[in-house]
Parts: sequence; structure tokens; C-alpha cells
Amino acid sequence: MAKRIDVSGLSAFYGAHKAIDDISMTVEPRSVTAFIGPSGCGKSTFLRTLNRMHEVTPGGRVEGKVMLDDENLYGSGVDPVSVRRTVGMVFQRPNPFPTMSIYENVAAGIRLNGGRIRKSELDGVVEKSLKGANLWKEVKDRLDKPGAGLSGGQQQRLCIARAIAVEPQVLLMDEPCSALDPISTLAIEDLIGELKERFTIVIVTHNMQQAARVSDRTAFFNLAGVGQPGKLVEIDDTERIFSNPSVQATEDYISGRFG
Amino acid sequence: MNDMDIANSAPADRPPGPASPDLTAAQPAPAQGIRTRKSKTTVRPGDRIFLGLSRGSGILLLVIMAAIAVFLTVRATHALSQDEGNFLTTFEWSANTDPPVFGIAVLAFGTVVSSLIAMLLAVPVAVGIALFISHYAPRRLAAPLSYVIDLLAAVPSIVYGLWGALFLVPHLGGLYGWFDTYFGWTGVLAYHDGAARSLFTIGILLAIMILPIVTSVSREVFRQAPKMHEEAALALGATRWEVIRMAVLPFGRSGVISASMLGLGRALGETMAVATVLSPSFLISTSLLDPGGGTFAQNIASSFKESGETGKDALIASGLVLFVLTLLVNGAARMIIARRKEFS
Ligand SMILES: Nc1ncnc2c1ncn2[C@@H]1O[C@H](COP(=O)(O)OP(=O)(O)O)[C@@H](O)[C@H]1O
Ligand SMILES: [Mg+2]
Repeated sequence: MAKRIDVSGLSAFYGAHKAIDDISMTVEPRSVTAFIGPSGCGKSTFLRTLNRMHEVTPGGRVEGKVMLDDENLYGSGVDPVSVRRTVGMVFQRPNPFPTMSIYENVAAGIRLNGGRIRKSELDGVVEKSLKGANLWKEVKDRLDKPGAGLSGGQQQRLCIARAIAVEPQVLLMDEPCSALDPISTLAIEDLIGELKERFTIVIVTHNMQQAARVSDRTAFFNLAGVGQPGKLVEIDDTERIFSNPSVQATEDYISGRFG
Repeated sequence: MNDMDIANSAPADRPPGPASPDLTAAQPAPAQGIRTRKSKTTVRPGDRIFLGLSRGSGILLLVIMAAIAVFLTVRATHALSQDEGNFLTTFEWSANTDPPVFGIAVLAFGTVVSSLIAMLLAVPVAVGIALFISHYAPRRLAAPLSYVIDLLAAVPSIVYGLWGALFLVPHLGGLYGWFDTYFGWTGVLAYHDGAARSLFTIGILLAIMILPIVTSVSREVFRQAPKMHEEAALALGATRWEVIRMAVLPFGRSGVISASMLGLGRALGETMAVATVLSPSFLISTSLLDPGGGTFAQNIASSFKESGETGKDALIASGLVLFVLTLLVNGAARMIIARRKEFS
């Protein structure tokens, strides 16, 4: 169910602009890895290279290797569509399909992946996914209502349900709580704790406490200056990063002495 | 027609959750003492002039509209009171005889049928081209292609008419013969030789004429499909076509409907091209391929010059019916769009 990610020598470009430079790291299965760092250091860009979403941007280009267990996502002949079916993604702004009902939103990915599927079977998957996203109790009586009618926090959990419905190996989250209120944020943090039993999770967050609360490992990214590519400064156990990081820049950033 | 604001008000960017709690707090409190009189806002001469101008032109517009409506209604009523036939069901247009006998049955049939054929042919093609430009074509190709399509809209309709009469009509006979061989048994697609100056030919011509407007409006709507939903589909492992099906077409649906209605409006009222190509007759043929039939606009254009007083009034009456038809089409489009509101 969950796979190890092994990145080596990865750089990503927007046209001629190099956004991240030579990143290597390993992400263990069934763990939560948090990416922290100042704005513009390439956290989102790096995250999007992990499911080949980066190349969707016009001019987007990647060099290097991303191994998912023993398959190179950037190997020749690898279909990006199938990569994205294996590596799910949750975005910063909740983005349920506005024209679809709650049920249809969760079923959307399965309809793509499986093609034909029996209604009873689909009902089961939808229920399981909504339960998995801690949303079932709130929406079970209005599955046929538009997903866009839910609150922001519920919409984000709906997006998580939609992503896990297709049983991905890895779940990528790009600041999933930054558009949410504190209560909804807490609900999603709890959810992440439950989901890591089943998935490898990578989460970008601006919120240091959140990284400390939810993650097992933390990676700190930084950039030398405006226009420079972002770099991975260090990755280590979260406890260590927040108590005794090995690089001074990390400590400065975490203690707010970042200039 | 405010098709574009229908498109804009459509789905999408409802900002999720509390956008930013301190947004309201960030706005500066109104400074004290700048305005002393509370209810009275400052009015300068410019405001007064602008207000007068805009109010004046609004009223003028309404007066002109009312005058036109009164004029047309009076003349039409005059014609109807003289009509010896049934205005709705008579298959004849002899408005200059004494007594005059005329009815719009053939015109209504021809107008609706030729426009429907045009829609059936044009809308799928237009949506296809629009999607190709907005989501498939590389930018180098998309820009010139959009330009050429837009250029098609600038061709005067008489040119389409000439092209239809000189090129389309002679070349469609073969196609119609083929239709007749395989689908002649339906009756609708039977063809008994003769020049292809039929309602179906008109339909094809109108389809080409409305293609640019339907394409360019659809294209703009598809372009505005929110990136965030396209990315949502992509991240689920959707192929390009699946992204379009999940995130672009549902978003663009109301826009495509209004684009089609714009096209339909043009097709219903098209005059010169139809008058140039059609060989009019006051019969309703069961076959759409056989020559004959007529449309409101074509009939007005063809008979106006030779008409006497009553004949002209009769044509005005038929013009009013066309106007009502166009209104109904618009109303229907609005209803279709409104029905989908909950999900957009
Ligand atoms: N679509 C884009 N086109 C061009 N440059 C981009 C685009 N998105 C991001 N960048 C650039 O890439 C760099 C990294 O951005 P991003 O990955 O969004 O950083 P973060 O998520 O850490 O804030 C920034 O310099 C940004 O300007
Ligand atoms: Mg980001």
C-alpha cells in the first residue's frame, strides 16, 4: 500500500529559471514528512515533481530521478497519468468539482481508474473513503448535494476522501490547512495522523507548530537569494530539527531569527 | 446579449473558508472630521452632467423602442384584419391580391428547421474547435487558428450567399443523391434531383456562418475554466480528455448554451444568404433535401420591393413573429442555464 520515495539529484525548471537545485532525500513508507522553508524556496515545486504535476505548467521541466520503491517515475516509457494515479495530491485551496455532488466527487477518481464498476461496490468505496476522511457522519444524509456547498474544512476533507478513494501509494499535501480555520485545521491534522497508517504522506506547511505536531521527519528548504534556486538544507527526525538541528540556518528559521 | 457575464458568473471561484480573518480589521477606520454632513455626499458639476446624460439616453432608448413597437404593431394589426386566410396555418403568401391571403406556416417551418439543422451541425464542430484551441493546440497554432476563425465572422453574409449559390448548391447534389440511396426511406432525407436549393443546404450554409461566433464564445469560456479544478482532475490521474470532461465541459456548459443561442439568433434572422440560395415555394416538403420552403427573413427580403401597402404590412406581421420566436429562444436558454444553478 505505501511505498518509499527515493529522490536523487533532482532539479526543476520553469523555462530557463531553475526553481530547485539538486535535491536528494528519502521518504519512508507510512511516515509523515513535512517540508518547511520560506516562501518561494520551491517547496510546492518539489512536491509537484513527486507526482509529475510540475510538467503540466508550461515550460516546466525536471532533471534527476524519483524512485518509488524500484520504479523511476521519470523513466522513459513511464506514463505520467499512471504516476498520478499512484501518487495522490491535495491542494492548498480546497477544489472539489463544483458541478459534482459529494458522492460524485469521491467517485470521480474511481470512475477514471476502474472504468466500469458496480453501483453497490462504488457505494462501498465512497463510504469507506468518506469515513477515512472523517467526513462520513457530516455528509451521509446529503451525498447528492453539491460538494461546493460544504464549509472550507469539509471541502478539504472531501478532497482528501477523493484522493484516498483511488488507494494511492503516496499522498502529497500542499499547505492543506492554510485556507482553513483552526478547528478545521485540527480536524485535518488528526486525520493525517490516521492516514499515515496506510499511506506515505508528504506535507508542505508554513506552520512550524503543525510540522512539529504531525510529522515524523522534517525537511528544511532555503534559497540563497531572490532568483536563486531553492535547496534542501537538511532533513532529519522532526524532534531533532526542532530541538537540535545540525545546520545553523535551520535553527535561525525555526526560532524566527530568519532574515 | 450578455452571454459573457453568464459565463463569468458561472461556477468556480468561491473562496473556501474564511479568506483571511483580519481582512476587515485591516481596513482603516473612517477618518473623523473629513465629512461633516452625514447624509449628503459631495456632488460636482461633472456628476450632474453625467447623471443627466446617462438618464437621458436611457429614457431616449426606451422611447425609441416603444415607438418602434407601436408602429410595427399598428401596421401588423392592419394587415391581419385584412387577411382572408389563417395567419398561422395558411400555406400561401398572396398579400397583394384582393382580398389578401397569407399565412406563416411555411415560413415558420423553414426558419425553425433550417436553424435547427444549422445548430446540429455547427455546435459540435464549434465546441470541438474551441476545445482544440483552448486545451490541445500548442500556442503557436492556437493564436493563428483563433484569428482565422474570428475572421470568418467578418465575412459579409451576401458573400456567404454567393458562395452557397455558386459552390455549395452545385456540389451538394451528389451528397444528397447518396443520402437518398441509403436514407431515402426515412422520407426526411429523400431527394428527387433538381438543384440543391433546399432547407438542408440553407442549414449547412447557416452552420458555417454561425460557426465563428459559437466557437469564439465557447473558446473564451473554456479558457476561463479554473486551473484548480483542472489540476484536481489531473492529480486523480485523468487524461487530457478526462480533464476536459470533468473540469472544463461542466464549467463551460452554460457558456456553450449561450454561445449556441447567439448563433441560433443569427441563424433565425439571416436574410441575404438564405435569399440568395433558397428557391422559395409555399409548400412544406417532407424531404429536407428537396428544393423549396422559405424563412421569415428571406421572405421579407424577397417580396418587400414588389409589395403594396397591405403586402408590406403583412411582411411586418411576419417580422413580429420572428421577433417573438427569437425572444422565446432566449427565454428557453435562460431557463436551461438557471436550472443548473445549484451545481455551478
Ligand atoms: N508557474 C510558475 N511559473 C514560473 N515560475 C514559477 C511558477 N511557480 C513558481 N515559480 C517560481 O518557482 C520558485 C519556487 O516557487 P514555489 O515552489 O511556489 O515555492 P514555495 O511553495 O516554497 O513558496 C519561485 O521562485 C517562484 O517564483
Ligand atoms: Mg507553495
